[in-house]
Amino acid sequence: MNEQTLSNLLPVLLGAAWLLPLASFAVVVLVGPRLGKAGLLAGHVATGAILGSAVLSLLALGAWLYVFGFTSGQAAHHGGAAGEHVQQEAEHNAAARGRADASHGEGGDAIADAPEAAAPAVAAADGSTLSEPVRAGKRRARPAPMVSLPPPVKHAFTDDWYTLAEFGSLRVTISYYIDALTVVMFVMVSVIATCIHFYSIGYMHEELHDVTDHEVTLSDGSYLHRRGRFHRFFQYLSLFCFSMLGLVVAGNIFMVFVFWELVGICSYFLIGFYIERRSATKAANKAFIVNRVGDFGFIIGLMALWSSLGTFAFGDVPGQGPGIFSQVRNPQGEPPHALAAPTGMVLASAQERVAEIVRDHFNVPDVDPQSAWSEAVARSGGWRAEGLGYGLLVLAGLGIFCGCVGKSAQFPLHVWLPDAMEGPTPVSALVHSATMVAAGVYLGARFFPVFTPEVLLVIAYVGAITLLLAATIAITAVDIKRVLAYSTVSQLGYMMLSLGVGGWLAGVFHLITHAFFKSLLFLGSGSVIHACHTNDMTRMGGLRRKMPWTAYTMLVGCLAIIGAGIPFLIGLSGYYSKDAILAQVLSFRGVNMFHGNILFAVAAGGAALTAFYMFRLWYLTFAGEPRDEHIYEHAHESPQIMYVPLVILAGAAVVAGWPILGLTDLLEQARPLGDVGRGVMWASLAYPHEHASHAASIHVPATLAAAATALGGFLLATLFYGLRWLNPNEVRQQFPAVYRWLWNKWYFDEFYDLVFVRPVHFVAALAARFDRRWIDGLIDSLARWVRGVSILDDVLDRYLVDGAVNLTADWFWSLGRGLRNVQTGRLRQYVMLIVVGAVALTFLLEAFVSLP
Amino acid sequence: MNLLSEPVGVSHYMIVGAVMFVAGVVCMASKRNLLGVLMGIELVLNGANVNFVAFSSRFLQSEEGRSLGLDGQLIAVFVIVLAAAEAAVALAITLNFYNNYGTVDVDRASELKG
Repeated sequence: MNEQTLSNLLPVLLGAAWLLPLASFAVVVLVGPRLGKAGLLAGHVATGAILGSAVLSLLALGAWLYVFGFTSGQAAHHGGAAGEHVQQEAEHNAAARGRADASHGEGGDAIADAPEAAAPAVAAADGSTLSEPVRAGKRRARPAPMVSLPPPVKHAFTDDWYTLAEFGSLRVTISYYIDALTVVMFVMVSVIATCIHFYSIGYMHEELHDVTDHEVTLSDGSYLHRRGRFHRFFQYLSLFCFSMLGLVVAGNIFMVFVFWELVGICSYFLIGFYIERRSATKAANKAFIVNRVGDFGFIIGLMALWSSLGTFAFGDVPGQGPGIFSQVRNPQGEPPHALAAPTGMVLASAQERVAEIVRDHFNVPDVDPQSAWSEAVARSGGWRAEGLGYGLLVLAGLGIFCGCVGKSAQFPLHVWLPDAMEGPTPVSALVHSATMVAAGVYLGARFFPVFTPEVLLVIAYVGAITLLLAATIAITAVDIKRVLAYSTVSQLGYMMLSLGVGGWLAGVFHLITHAFFKSLLFLGSGSVIHACHTNDMTRMGGLRRKMPWTAYTMLVGCLAIIGAGIPFLIGLSGYYSKDAILAQVLSFRGVNMFHGNILFAVAAGGAALTAFYMFRLWYLTFAGEPRDEHIYEHAHESPQIMYVPLVILAGAAVVAGWPILGLTDLLEQARPLGDVGRGVMWASLAYPHEHASHAASIHVPATLAAAATALGGFLLATLFYGLRWLNPNEVRQQFPAVYRWLWNKWYFDEFYDLVFVRPVHFVAALAARFDRRWIDGLIDSLARWVRGVSILDDVLDRYLVDGAVNLTADWFWSLGRGLRNVQTGRLRQYVMLIVVGAVALTFLLEAFVSLP
Repeated sequence: MNLLSEPVGVSHYMIVGAVMFVAGVVCMASKRNLLGVLMGIELVLNGANVNFVAFSSRFLQSEEGRSLGLDGQLIAVFVIVLAAAEAAVALAITLNFYNNYGTVDVDRASELKG
């Protein structure tokens, strides 16, 4: 198998993996309730479909690894590129190179397989691949970084599956863009979704028969009694998986947007699954509406890209001109793949000058008017140097990031995610790990090459604010699912922070590892809720004796999320990904001292807070003595179908980050080409290459800081909740203001209520009053007027028209009554009349008519 | 002129017809018995028939007449047929009327009066 075969195979495998959940959705929609007893088989259909997707995704991963191995085409970049852009980075260079050689060197040798060596530097002739397979001499380049580097390589396949519409040069297509990131995301999403599907079959068993919902009181005081909705749950899950996989495989932003919205609507359905509960419908609405705010920005970014670049496609679809990535980062540029405002954006920003050129060309008689465009294009280079078009690029980046903010629940749109806990717990697990929130980070990672340094700095700060905000709120929450929800928000903040400081790989890496341990934690909390029938941690305690599987798998999850490990030796998956993020922040600090200091302090503090609240959760739930005897008595371990997925996910949470498995090396293959470089609007803002963070001078302090903060948080939680040497209640009484502030979630809901909801209500009340007074008044007066006219009409009708008609009728009536007397019914009288009449006629004729 | 001294002509027929007609009309107007009324009708019709036949006399027709000269007779035959049909219908009505009311008095038949 070579690249050519792979380019044919991957779309088929991933396309099938993508469409299987859709097929399951269609089946369940059509015949769901009739599948087995109360729809039990619907769950099996959906689970089978997603299991099939997982298998196909794993096959795709296998095929990818078979062709490309674990090595990265950009390994050459390690030492070389670092020297080019940032001066300060030079000091890290030597170390970086040394370390890069050590860690990636062995892998780097394995690249030299046939197709690359043979192919020339021209764009691949087969047409369906973006790769520019020039990698010979990679090793040679390393000792002399300043001489011409071989262009870096990224393997990505893109093509259209189906063209929906063509408007001029704009093509709306269903297309795919498959690189290592896509494949890894497919595996992550489908594997986690499979675990969650299996778990749901156990968790949702109540829905198999009629349900009495004790949280919904009807008007007559009784509880709501309704039919089970088992099949509907799986129907939505299938649609959710289909949407997420479609989002991941999408090859153009239009398709991304469609599936982006599908993911949103699925989460709406699932959060509002218990639709009769007021809190659930409110939470679902909140999630949907808050996401609309982000999507508004997303659409603006999308329009900015489309209107200036004229294409939706990410990559260069064969035969259709360059895609977004190639336009923003010109592969033939100097240096290759450097970020620059694309020609389309420059021309869009320089409309007046273009118009001038066009005018000139039309006024000169002998010049071909068509040449105006080529002249404008030719002069666009100079305009670009003036900075034209860059603002549009920044706007596009910010717009797209707005979408990510909404989906990934970043500050200031983070408010929906904790409320989304109203959905069934498996949904929370899915939303919080593999699908909804992952979509935002995935999009951020996918669009990473389009983000300018200025946009990245915004992303970094938004991420930092989010992570600190959510972590502090999580400290006081007592609802087990809410703690996890805020922990998700906080971890998403880490991912965004990582992307924002240039840590593409670290961010994506954390996305993958986080998906495993967060789904584990959520499913564990679901198991606890299943056993206790309450979310309140203050009423739990000591449950580890009742439900050991849940308790110890969740312990693994907690250790993974705080990044537990033996520094420099081995650790759980979170250890590696969080270290990578901290190292990248530290590396960023080396170049931008001011921003770096703030961001590193937040990141390290967040790590300590994470450790504290996660172990607070574990101690409150599983350790100590039971606080509520009744709940403790009734608690029980969940059925096998529920704890086996926990064990599988716990295993994944432990090993996912191990370097020996090569996840980072695999993701490295999908790294966007080119460096972030320097800001244009803000020239002092510079980004180090991510590989610089591997230098010992950065990596060692980062690892130590991560370990120390995690340990500190863990010890503090142990003192408070494990050993109970310190009493949390006393701390609460010591700082009542801080406690209230955190307990009320920084008053964000209240703030939004005051700033957005109340004014909207006020405007609505005004509008209602205007409606009632003026519009209703107008209509009422019109109605009164019409009523008056009709009364007049009625009088006319009644007396004039009816009078005439009645008069005629009366006249005929009386005539008829008179004539009635003539008709006596006596035959002989009639005969007499006839005779008399005839004789009379004869005499009359005789008298008045003269016969001839 | 004295009809008795004249040779029998159209005038005599017409006088017989007129007598029959008036007798019929008087009969119709004076009889309360339905059958009597019917008989009066027959008299009226046949009085008319006599006139038809009288006016179709060969002596009253022009020389060039190309017809057979039987127009009056034919009409008379039609009237006879018509009278027969009418009598059949009227007798049926009479019978039914008698069945329903036990009488044939025309003055009792006043159901249809306005």
